[in-house]
Amino acid sequence: MIGIVVAVVAVVAASTSCGKSKNSGGGGTPTLAFMGALTGSNAQLGINIYNGAKLAIDQHNAKSGVTKVTLKKYDTQGDATQASSQAKKVVQDKDVAVIGPAFSGESKTADPILNAAKIPFVSASATAVALAQSGWKYFHRVLANDDVQGPGDADFIAKTLGAKSVYVIDDQSEYGLGLADAVRKQLKTDGATVKNGSIDPKGSDYSTTVNAIKAANPDVVFLGGYYDAAARLVKQMRAATVKATFVSGDGSLDQKIADQGGASANGALLSCTCSSAVGSTNPKVQAFEKAYVAKWGSEPATYSAEGYDVGNILLQAIDNGKKSAQDINTYVASIDYQGVSKPIKFNSTGELSQSLLFMSEVVNDKIKFLGPTSTAKPVPAG
Amino acid sequence: MRRIGLPDVIGPISDRWSRLPTPARYVVYVIAIVAAFALPADSIGSFMSPQSDWSAILFYPIGVYILLAIGLNVVVGQAGLLDLGYVAFFAIGGYTMGKIGLSLKWDFWVILPCGIAAAAVAGVILGAPTLRLRGDYLAIVTLGFGEIIRITANNLNFTGGPRGLSGIPNPPSVGSFSALQFNVATTKPFYYLVLVMIILAIVLVKRLERSRVGRAWAAIREDEDAAEVMGVPTFRFKLWAFAIGACIGGAAGVLFAAQTISITPEDFPFLLSSYIVVAVVLGGSGNLAGVILGAFLVAWLPERFRGFADYRVLAFGGALVLMMIVRPEGLLPSRRRRAELAEGTGGMGSLGGGVGGAQTQAVRIEAVETDAVQTGAVESEAAP
Amino acid sequence: MHAFVTQFWPSTIDGLTIGSIYGLIALGYTLVYGVLRLINFAHSEVFMVGTFASLFTLHGLGITHAETGFALVGVLILMGLAGMAGSGITAVVLERVAYRPLRKRGSSRLAALISAIGASFFLQEVFALRYGRDLLSFPPLMNKTVLFHIGSGQVRADKVLVVVAALVMALALDRFVNGSRLGRGVRATAQDPDTAVLMGVNIDRIVMITFLVGGMMAGVAAMLYGNYFELTQYNVGFLLGIKAFTAAVLGGIGNIRGALLGGLTLGLIENYGGSVFGAQWKDVIAFTVLVLVLMVRPTGLLGEKLTRARA
Repeated sequence: MIGIVVAVVAVVAASTSCGKSKNSGGGGTPTLAFMGALTGSNAQLGINIYNGAKLAIDQHNAKSGVTKVTLKKYDTQGDATQASSQAKKVVQDKDVAVIGPAFSGESKTADPILNAAKIPFVSASATAVALAQSGWKYFHRVLANDDVQGPGDADFIAKTLGAKSVYVIDDQSEYGLGLADAVRKQLKTDGATVKNGSIDPKGSDYSTTVNAIKAANPDVVFLGGYYDAAARLVKQMRAATVKATFVSGDGSLDQKIADQGGASANGALLSCTCSSAVGSTNPKVQAFEKAYVAKWGSEPATYSAEGYDVGNILLQAIDNGKKSAQDINTYVASIDYQGVSKPIKFNSTGELSQSLLFMSEVVNDKIKFLGPTSTAKPVPAG
Repeated sequence: MRRIGLPDVIGPISDRWSRLPTPARYVVYVIAIVAAFALPADSIGSFMSPQSDWSAILFYPIGVYILLAIGLNVVVGQAGLLDLGYVAFFAIGGYTMGKIGLSLKWDFWVILPCGIAAAAVAGVILGAPTLRLRGDYLAIVTLGFGEIIRITANNLNFTGGPRGLSGIPNPPSVGSFSALQFNVATTKPFYYLVLVMIILAIVLVKRLERSRVGRAWAAIREDEDAAEVMGVPTFRFKLWAFAIGACIGGAAGVLFAAQTISITPEDFPFLLSSYIVVAVVLGGSGNLAGVILGAFLVAWLPERFRGFADYRVLAFGGALVLMMIVRPEGLLPSRRRRAELAEGTGGMGSLGGGVGGAQTQAVRIEAVETDAVQTGAVESEAAP
Repeated sequence: MHAFVTQFWPSTIDGLTIGSIYGLIALGYTLVYGVLRLINFAHSEVFMVGTFASLFTLHGLGITHAETGFALVGVLILMGLAGMAGSGITAVVLERVAYRPLRKRGSSRLAALISAIGASFFLQEVFALRYGRDLLSFPPLMNKTVLFHIGSGQVRADKVLVVVAALVMALALDRFVNGSRLGRGVRATAQDPDTAVLMGVNIDRIVMITFLVGGMMAGVAAMLYGNYFELTQYNVGFLLGIKAFTAAVLGGIGNIRGALLGGLTLGLIENYGGSVFGAQWKDVIAFTVLVLVLMVRPTGLLGEKLTRARA
């Protein structure tokens, strides 16, 4: 017993001392905080954003004659209760601004704390509509909310794809249900027949839902949910010889839907209010893609460009002499910035003043960017 | 059978503790309470949780886990009933706070008894049909109950579905004392609040343990058939254990919702139930000090070792197996428990030197069936 | 109720398919419970290891597209053997490391439960750290040909394989426990361990065999699961394990035929219930039915009688 106690104390002491040496906050160099999932089952999106932001900060610090900036990680594991205590830690550490929180769920517990502490927080990925309606002065996000994505998806399904009957499925998560409900509402306005279903994203067997789809025989199946549930669903749908076009939102936009779904995922259409840096002709975007690949050894993925933009917006504020949280917030609120993901300009609620929805498609086991939904033309399956 | 274990340092200490005169013990209690109130100090926090806000961590998970573990200990440690769905009562408390706080705008202090009552009612509703089942059946049924509550909350509009409830009011602040200002920016006041509730729960549970009820629970835990034969209405006492455990879980839920102001069904997973069971057994099922220590470790260690994020659960799992091999009675077992284990009769039946006796089990089923009839009879007599 | 009628045949077919997988996993819970009176909480991870073993076999054989004929049969058998080996070995190691030391000390069953939960976390994390937390895809091994229709239900080759294989395995297990010398040892130990020892039964060996056989059943389930769903993940066993345990209790824990019956019943109830109330209520329906059955029959549908199964 004593041995164990000694060992534990030694480990604790060792990790405290190395923890301290990293804790620089406060004094000379302003510290930016990254809040999001970096470990755990939902970590990939968080890592994408972090990598984008980290690239922006490293590029900035490499320049001479600028204020050096530190980026500190606050790993929430995508968990709302952990996000709340991490947000309090951000306040305690006196960081000047936050990149994040990444997910909508964790935003609901963390944002009130950050807002009360007057620390600006700019999310690269939280899309829940309600977040902008709380009157938070320190809230901004660089992508459109679900009220843009949902109706945009519905219009695309009804008009571009010309679907008459649509089966809309949610995964009973906050994000998935929000998106699916927005799609359902707009589809009815567009005059399509809508049938509803739900799946359990943690379950294996979606046969009940697949059988109901099979019976309804829709033109399009829409899923509000994440890529793993999407991959399971398309596999089981195709095995049951359902031919309907599969459409989903940004939660499914990841190469993994193609890896996991295999041949069944081909032809799946995936929307996002984020654009794709891969294959762009814009030289600024190409430079970002190149630098990202050089640093991280992989292509920028979903929200990487947004993370990069958020980092650069905050850095621009600091470079313009805005050192306090209050000044940074005022600066960000009035910014007009040409980002690699999109032009960024905020309205009074912290939302983008103009927003676009983009479409991608899985073609031959790879995600192919099709462009804005207004002009996107799906590649015929074959 | 020789123990593979470590030298027993806890045993002598707990023996000495039990021989201390009462006034001396009260001095220790007072010191412990004062120390607990001093715990959120920054100097302690910089060591205890360098990567999180210490007083926030002290409230959740540490304080809330401790409160839950004290409640579950009544069910598992004292009455010997395995409940794998304890999180259900926590959720019911949380949703009661959220729903009433949002729709009726009542005060936290008014909702608190409502939440406790709602959880107690749920405990009785769950317990009444299922407590006649034998241990392992009870385990799966309670597990199912926990899942039913979570999935139902996720599927109903009434509970906000997967969006849950947000904008739940904080408790009202008291005067202008900084220690009693409850809002999103404060952390210590919530810790003091949970601490007071923990102390009240400890007093309640300790008093129960030393009463007729506590003795009945011990009897049921050690040998339900014998207890029944000796005239203990086992069913009624098991129901009491369930209801009291549920009350404490409900209180924890109300408090949690009032602090976190936003709850979703994701906050109440099966995993939380299993963490609390682990806390109880790891600390020393049946002994309050042990249970508190167990809950503290289960809640605090993952926070402390954030740097090893990816390996935390792995280490936790390995440590549990090792711990149960080296010290199955828990870190701080109760004296009675140690005695039971030395005899080879641990509360919920033992694996036995060879294996558990199938025959005694079979006899027990029949006994449970007959006891159902008997208790029914007793109850109908007691009714006016 | 309209959905129940229109979806009746598809629900029946899919219910029997997933129910067969529940049943095979449930056999492992039931065997161990019958002998040790222990809920082997880590059995879900035994199954999980089996799915990975099957997946790696396919990778090892270089399968990238659907096979037919003898090649298909050969690959399926290899996959099944790998699954059985992976799961069986995991189960035996689990018994040695996490349960036997506790058993030797006469620890409480609660301690064994915690040890099982710990082992379960440990195994999940090992696979999560090694192979990531995302779903891993199986190469398409079998053409999911529709053999024939019953009503609107498609009877597909991969579903038939699941049901037939599960029935064959359960039957073989039943023969083993009730007809072989070792099986007699298992039954004797389940009935009265003390007397069994006096009769010369080597309890440690019997317990090991029990875990091995239960693990092998999970391994077959893992192979069938991989072929049917073509996906796996480090936590794939968690929900399936809970369902399979529910199935074992529903049928009467400790009872081999009960486990299979429980699995099939649970699968059907879930699918019928899901078609009427919506898929999001499946689990609620499953657990509610469990509570109702236990209220009427406190020891499950067939009662707990590993010891008296053939009587």
